[in-house]
Amino acid sequence: MKIMDKTIICEQLTKQFGDFRAVDGISFHVNAGEIFGFLGANGAGKTTAMRMLCGLSIPSSGSATVAGFDVYKQTENIKRKIGYMSQKFSLYEDLTVKENIEFFGGIYGLSNQQLRQKSEQLIDKLELGSVANSLVSGLPLGWKQKLAFSVSVLHEPRIVFLDEPTGGVDPITRRQFWDLIYEVAAAGVTVFVTTHYMDEAEYCNRVSIMVDGKIEALDTPGALKQQFSAIDMDEVFYALARRAQRQAD
Amino acid sequence: MIAVELDRIAKSYAKGKVQAVRSVSFDVHKGELFGLIGPDGAGKTSIFRMLTTLLIPDAGKATVDGFDIVKDYKAIRKRVGYMPGRFSLYQDLSVQENLEFFATLFDTTIDANYEMIRDIYAQIERFKNRKAGKLSGGMKQKLALCCALIHKPSVLFLDEPTTGVDAVSRKEFWEMLRSLRAQNITILVSTPYMDEATLCDRIALIQEGQILSIDTPQGIIQSFGSPLLAVKSEQMISLLHHLRNYSGTKTCYTFGEFHHLTLKETEEVSDLKTYLKSKGQVGVEIQSVQPTIEDCFMAQMNRRADQNENYG
Repeated sequence: MKIMDKTIICEQLTKQFGDFRAVDGISFHVNAGEIFGFLGANGAGKTTAMRMLCGLSIPSSGSATVAGFDVYKQTENIKRKIGYMSQKFSLYEDLTVKENIEFFGGIYGLSNQQLRQKSEQLIDKLELGSVANSLVSGLPLGWKQKLAFSVSVLHEPRIVFLDEPTGGVDPITRRQFWDLIYEVAAAGVTVFVTTHYMDEAEYCNRVSIMVDGKIEALDTPGALKQQFSAIDMDEVFYALARRAQRQAD
Repeated sequence: MIAVELDRIAKSYAKGKVQAVRSVSFDVHKGELFGLIGPDGAGKTSIFRMLTTLLIPDAGKATVDGFDIVKDYKAIRKRVGYMPGRFSLYQDLSVQENLEFFATLFDTTIDANYEMIRDIYAQIERFKNRKAGKLSGGMKQKLALCCALIHKPSVLFLDEPTTGVDAVSRKEFWEMLRSLRAQNITILVSTPYMDEATLCDRIALIQEGQILSIDTPQGIIQSFGSPLLAVKSEQMISLLHHLRNYSGTKTCYTFGEFHHLTLKETEEVSDLKTYLKSKGQVGVEIQSVQPTIEDCFMAQMNRRADQNENYG
């Protein structure tokens, strides 16, 4: 089998709601093992674009493949090959750590033996041994987010989508979270991540910035800073996002 | 003059199993812009809800404008403005109806206190007939701020007004706060974004229900304690591993374009350079930098963890 090195290919992808064009002809590709930062102001169209790439929303026009599958016709295949985690929804609060791992692993079709093995590895790695049988609701937010991320890649997806995974997390745990991201990327998983923390944009291999439904900039953080004569990504973002005409949400 | 005073305030939930606020004390001066800076779960919202008399503390005392938060709750409710973290205006009333409603509740009118909200309301006035539920996130926030201000409160409580808001709207919001501050209102604001701390007069860093430190942003930065280095190279991820494994490293954290590093005492930067070269790092740049509030927050977290280990 040919090894496919582009895990997301997106051409003129568009989503129209009535007379409102939420996503307006975006084109880009993302490589295997790449950490791709997907930035934009509130209301720029990030969530809509992400929903199309995850197979949750059918585009109005344009084309895209995710892990080699078509976003119009093969949405079920896509869902099996991706992981997803967001700040808002990640784990079941009233299940224990172990039960969450078993539940999500089960959904993605892991065998009992795989589940047992993965569950042990994971609990060991995240040092959750003492709370393995405790309800998730009692864990500190940072632990939850690290666990949620690890659960989202349990089935060894080609791509993992992270929607503001570190919002509100303390600064040390936020950095530990990025260690986990580096680890899966080094193993060849594509990481597609949104964030409001501009220092995190620096940790991405490449960054795209959406304004009013279009991708207005896409490059490495270094090249973007040069292009906008900016000292950091905060300035790059500000220069682009303040041009937005559209109101958020 | 003290506007808000907390004396060993504590609050727990779930029959004491969750200690949200553990003996917190601090003062806010009249006219001050005071920031409560910490991650989710630090206890910020519980503190706000106690000070606005929506929650009764388990222990400790607190006053707002000299009034006791338990005994004098009615007086406090008349005097303070409160913008909760979650949007809580009436979605099916229009912008103007919401504002009128809040003015009426406090026995006043929009006209009487228009001066107070003019600059902010001007930005949403053209949508005054739109239902609040149909506003964008940024406009909802401006309306909520107007509603919290319409009765000319002496103290304004803003609970995470910029959470989930993009960098551009965050800047705009802080500009509004600066101009409010010029009108001599006491403002207590909470945020999980460490970079916003420097915009406050004084801040309290808070983590797991405990205050880590209280000072001016500059004072907190000055108390960082050790020289801070910013290091970068062409291979940032392997550089991070090398720096963490270096025997002379005290702490090392990623920090945007750089890694921030503190060395153990008596360690020399020249030895670090030699080490990184021996590890094959190319394009190494090392410079000495001023710590940010986030550096300080992490240092305080580590200090607190060490203490808990030693005494706990």
